[in-house]
Amino acid sequence: MSVHAGAVPGTPHEGHMGFGEEDPAAGRSNMLLGVKLGILSEVMLFGALFAAYFVIRSESGGWPPEGQDRPELLLPGLNTLLLVSSSVTMQWAVRAIGRGELTAMRWGLRATLLLGSIFILIQGYEFANNGFGLDAGVFGSTFYTLTGFHGAHVLAGLAFISIVVTRARHGLISAEHHTSVEAASYYWHFVDVVWLFLFSTLYVL
Amino acid sequence: MSVRRPGLRRALLGAAIGGAVGAGVLIGAQNAGMQIRDGQILGLAYLLALIGFLLGIGAFRFWVTWAAGRPVDVTEEHAAHGTAGDWRRYFRFTTDHKVIGVQYLVSAFLLFLTAGTFGMLMRVELAQPGLALGEDAYNTIMSTHGAMMITVALISIIGGLGNFLVPIMIGARDMAFPKTNALSYWLLPLPILLVAINPLLGGFDTGWTAYPPLSQQANLGQQAYLMAFVTVGISSILSAINFLVTVFRMRAPGMSLMRMPIFVWSLTVTATLALVATSVVAGAFTMLLFDRVLGTSFFRPSRGGDVVLFEHLFWFYSHPAVYIMGLPGLGAILEVVPVFARKPLFAYPLAVLSFIAIGVLSFMVWAHHMFVSGMADFFHIPIMLTTELISVPTGIVFLAALGTIWMGKLHFKTPMLWVFGFIWAFLIGGITGVYLADVPTDITLSDTYFVVAHFHYTIVGGTIFGLFAGTYYWFPKVTGRMYSERLGQLHFWWFMLAFNATFLPMFWLGIEGMRRRVADYPSEMGGVNLWVSFAAFNIFLSMAVFVFNMVRSWRRGEQAAANPWRAKTLEWQVASPPPVQNFDHIPTVSAGPYEYGGGAGVPTEGRAVP
Repeated sequence: MSVHAGAVPGTPHEGHMGFGEEDPAAGRSNMLLGVKLGILSEVMLFGALFAAYFVIRSESGGWPPEGQDRPELLLPGLNTLLLVSSSVTMQWAVRAIGRGELTAMRWGLRATLLLGSIFILIQGYEFANNGFGLDAGVFGSTFYTLTGFHGAHVLAGLAFISIVVTRARHGLISAEHHTSVEAASYYWHFVDVVWLFLFSTLYVL
Repeated sequence: MSVRRPGLRRALLGAAIGGAVGAGVLIGAQNAGMQIRDGQILGLAYLLALIGFLLGIGAFRFWVTWAAGRPVDVTEEHAAHGTAGDWRRYFRFTTDHKVIGVQYLVSAFLLFLTAGTFGMLMRVELAQPGLALGEDAYNTIMSTHGAMMITVALISIIGGLGNFLVPIMIGARDMAFPKTNALSYWLLPLPILLVAINPLLGGFDTGWTAYPPLSQQANLGQQAYLMAFVTVGISSILSAINFLVTVFRMRAPGMSLMRMPIFVWSLTVTATLALVATSVVAGAFTMLLFDRVLGTSFFRPSRGGDVVLFEHLFWFYSHPAVYIMGLPGLGAILEVVPVFARKPLFAYPLAVLSFIAIGVLSFMVWAHHMFVSGMADFFHIPIMLTTELISVPTGIVFLAALGTIWMGKLHFKTPMLWVFGFIWAFLIGGITGVYLADVPTDITLSDTYFVVAHFHYTIVGGTIFGLFAGTYYWFPKVTGRMYSERLGQLHFWWFMLAFNATFLPMFWLGIEGMRRRVADYPSEMGGVNLWVSFAAFNIFLSMAVFVFNMVRSWRRGEQAAANPWRAKTLEWQVASPPPVQNFDHIPTVSAGPYEYGGGAGVPTEGRAVP
């Protein structure tokens, strides 16, 4: 392979060890691509869980199986509204920091945190009062495993957003440097979309 | 190395504390009269031990700093990258991709020898009809051999050679996420240790496939394997993300996709497969673990679950996993051939296209492992056809190697010998695969030694021969010293003859009906099995030559030049071993990787790369 060694325009050439971001723009797009690929892998994880759910459901005589009641729609319906609005507030935060409005971004993130936390609390209340458990046959197995995996992802998303808020408080986020806000928003929207699928299949259809 | 600083000692301490806390809490609860299963104790203890290990090794300290919004300590980051010539960096959370590559490679070979020892124990049991070690012991030995060898095949080339070489081959200073890269490696020791000690937990009987209902009923050793597999899967996904971002974002100026060395292409497809497929099997194994530990009933037919569902989910990953093992081997082979034939790689664009086609098709063939599982009948013929279809792109890759050799100026150095070994072994593996893709013959041959012989010819012939070819080829680059050519050739011929003497007769045993995964067989097969055991011990002995050669050459071998093979890819344009930063200046690439034969002004036919 022919190579001519020499400084290339736009490439810093001395003293970097590879782990510093040689070029901030490159580091940014690296992180965002990494998050997108991670989400692809998560899509496949939920794909496997949904596949198991549909296969088991199709083989069951009726759904829910006899002697088993589906949870009421009121609380999960409310939860759906909460999560969808939290996606809106998240996007609001991303837009705000794009324009350099730090305060607006922080309010957007805090609102997202609040909505997500209420979602988790309501889901915890629902789990405690459903009247059936994880070991209640295939219905309980699929219901709790799918919603539980999703709940764990919501918690991870909340942790991610809290970190972003902390970094913002230390003045580390600006109109030019807000990769972490964008990355958190990708993840949060993904978690939201998964919930829409869960809500429509586990509770409604 | 003190306990007060992050390092191996602190990691072991962290693992011990984590395990003790996890086990202690649940054992206490058990004694207090709560309903706690042994599996739950093992599960929590393992989880906390893993976290303790990673905390101790220092895997999270940079991210904690980042998350807390504290300024990053640049000196500490540089220290984590390691300094040249410091052997202790190999035992630390080091972020240099070259160190991580060596860590992977050496660990993989150690694991290879361990798994080989289990293989030898299998041949002890099978040398004579009747029972020597006993059925339970044999099952555990067989399962452990399989699980460990699968891990070797999954991580050795992409984790070892891939980590070391890919950034240099594309003209980058490191991987895109060096800390995640180190995390991928340090996730591995604990699960591998857990598999190694599974006999202490009662062993496991299912083989690496872990089919329920047996895997739901079997010992704690079974659960240890399931948890270890999920952990290795997480490491594999992180590593895949890292490779893809590196290849797509960090190439040097002028390094277009179609100028990438073919090895990098094969690893790109491999990483894509690992990224997309691994989480499916992680999900399946998690459901299985829940069935065991939390009382769910995904795979319990008595309560509405479905065992065939597990097989579908498992093979949806595990057939692509065959290509996650195989493609890096093919890539290493194709990388070696042009150098020792002094010719451009034949049909480079078609080989790239074939790698991609193999990747796509590999998701459509999984059910050929399940022709006798009782799955839906209408599924048989389509899967048979897609399986036979995938031999077309695989054949093109094979022909790219042959076409490069054709009329080449061949140099029969050790790496090239392994290429010829590959051509022989992979051809046999490929042709016998047709009988297993065809539904009627597969139903007869299912679960016989024919299958055992077939997958050893493909995985050893494809992956392990590729690993050896690559290890000898890049040994001067990695260590800065030459291996002993004489010992290398001795290793090749001994291994090659013993390998064929072991696995060729197994085709015949399989056709005769000898069952795989069973400790005993009809006594009229005793003679052939004694021969097979004798030949198998020879494979193991030949590895002693390899180990001796590697260790001695690394310590006292002749100093290697920067480019002893006169190769054209980027990694040979830097010193051996490469400097910590890889390049003084990021290079600009102005031509393809295999432009051999043009330098002397001789017109070359078949120049594939513009």
